[in-house]
Amino acid sequence: MNIALNLIAMKTIVRKEVIRVMRIWVQTIVPPAITMTLYFIIFGNLIGRRIGTMDGFDYMQYIAPGLIMMSVITNSYGNVVSSFFGAKFGRHVEEMLVAPMSNATIIIGHVAGGVMRGMLVGVLVTIIALFFTKLEIRHPFITISVVLLSSVVFSLAGFINAVFAKKFDDISIIPTFVLTPLTYLGGVFYSISLLPEFWQLASRANPILYMVNAFRYGILGTSDIDIGTAYAILFVFIIGLFVMCQQLMSRGVGIRE
Amino acid sequence: MQALTIKDLRKTYPTGNEALKGINFSVAPGDFYALLGPNGAGKTTAIGIISSLINKTSGIVEIFGHDIDTDIEAAKSCIGLVPQEVNLNLWETVHNTVLNQAGYYGLGSRLARSRTEKYLRALRLWDRRKDSARSLSGGMKRRLMIARALVHEPRLLILDEPTAGVDIEIRRSMWEFLREINAAGTTIILTTHYLEEAESLCRHLAIIDEGTIIEDARMSVVLRKLQREVFILSLVEPLDAAPKLDGFETRLVEETELEVNKGPDQSLNQLFAQLQAQGVEVVTLRNKANRLEELFMRLVENKQDGFKEVGAS
Repeated sequence: MNIALNLIAMKTIVRKEVIRVMRIWVQTIVPPAITMTLYFIIFGNLIGRRIGTMDGFDYMQYIAPGLIMMSVITNSYGNVVSSFFGAKFGRHVEEMLVAPMSNATIIIGHVAGGVMRGMLVGVLVTIIALFFTKLEIRHPFITISVVLLSSVVFSLAGFINAVFAKKFDDISIIPTFVLTPLTYLGGVFYSISLLPEFWQLASRANPILYMVNAFRYGILGTSDIDIGTAYAILFVFIIGLFVMCQQLMSRGVGIRE
Repeated sequence: MQALTIKDLRKTYPTGNEALKGINFSVAPGDFYALLGPNGAGKTTAIGIISSLINKTSGIVEIFGHDIDTDIEAAKSCIGLVPQEVNLNLWETVHNTVLNQAGYYGLGSRLARSRTEKYLRALRLWDRRKDSARSLSGGMKRRLMIARALVHEPRLLILDEPTAGVDIEIRRSMWEFLREINAAGTTIILTTHYLEEAESLCRHLAIIDEGTIIEDARMSVVLRKLQREVFILSLVEPLDAAPKLDGFETRLVEETELEVNKGPDQSLNQLFAQLQAQGVEVVTLRNKANRLEELFMRLVENKQDGFKEVGAS
């Protein structure tokens, strides 16, 4: 494999993705900022006052890491699925398919684009959160590594969704019926210790729970789950999803006749 | 080493449609090669396989000696593709469309920018470089696709109906441009429905129909096989009836328009000598139909009976 060629090609895809995100900033940056501001006002400020503390933190402080992670997850996923499916739909994916770059370069370039948007929105939501509450990062390495790895997981998942999608409806099914419910049930707004034992156990089957709690641990120092398990799950998902992306690309599923 | 070698290439789609039934052909380096055929003949499928957009069922494809099964990166590096349908990112600027493609082929930033300028200027799009692709006319979009395909300066350029829907002036200027890059050494494979275009540009042609190659030869050899030609003569004075000319079939189309059917052993000098003897003065002369078009129709219609039938018809 020509490494220099692939690095330039990857840089080109990332540059193209950055330009795309900035070109349509009203669709990519503004909505999560507005949504998260509303979450902070309604759940954190208005309802949160009546809830009191959770795990020793005021409610606004407790939900802030979860809301940041939620915006990172949805934007990483959304960026890759809409960009790659858009390229398929408009057939300009062929620009990349005819070029001599490897399939891994195409995948990593788009994942990097998804991570870039996820981080951009994550930073924006963090700044908004700071208007409502105080956040002190207890474990910076865990905070940054968990948010980056989670963003990679959902960017890869978005890529797979885009590969299989045949029409625009197909790129909203997974976010609506899978991603959003799993995120809401992933401990963004509550500690699973509040749930009955069966639902605590059921919640542990939700991978987003581990990401949200590991990120919350990085910021607040509190978590419902073991951090080592969270890292293990993140790495297993990244490897598994990347291998799946590679196989889909090499078989040409959804992109080559 | 050939620019392109195709051996026993087959493609069967999941629907059961056998688009290619074991085709064989090769293209010499520096050639200008026409791949012709009616709609649905398998041309675009063949081009899709060569450029890695379609998976083949079986067979061998080599581009400048690089097998697409074992050396795909090197094979892809040699090819520039202008597809039949517009596949531009319509929201991207003209400049970035070409610049990005240079990046996908691994061209460094400085070289990518200079090549982008070179080909946008060559295809008269430099003034529109900041506009989005969607704002371009149909002809401009086609030219942008050609600039995009050339930015890495491929050794083999494949053009799948590049002038479809393009007005005659732009078409002629595109022909001139293609002749220039072919003269500079780029091998070109062209598919087109404008047979005048193929006859004017290409030195070699293959005709594909229903997934099989029914003709593959030099253009001059193929055209020689068309043994009869029909000419339309415009006359100075109107005639009441077609003049009888020895060895030629004649028909009066209008009072001042005469149709003459010329055989392979007759010369135009013989024709004009007889017309002059009868006092018929000719203003202009033209072929009734494009020669290649006529041949193409006969081949496709008579392919089951073999090519010899063409000469006999």
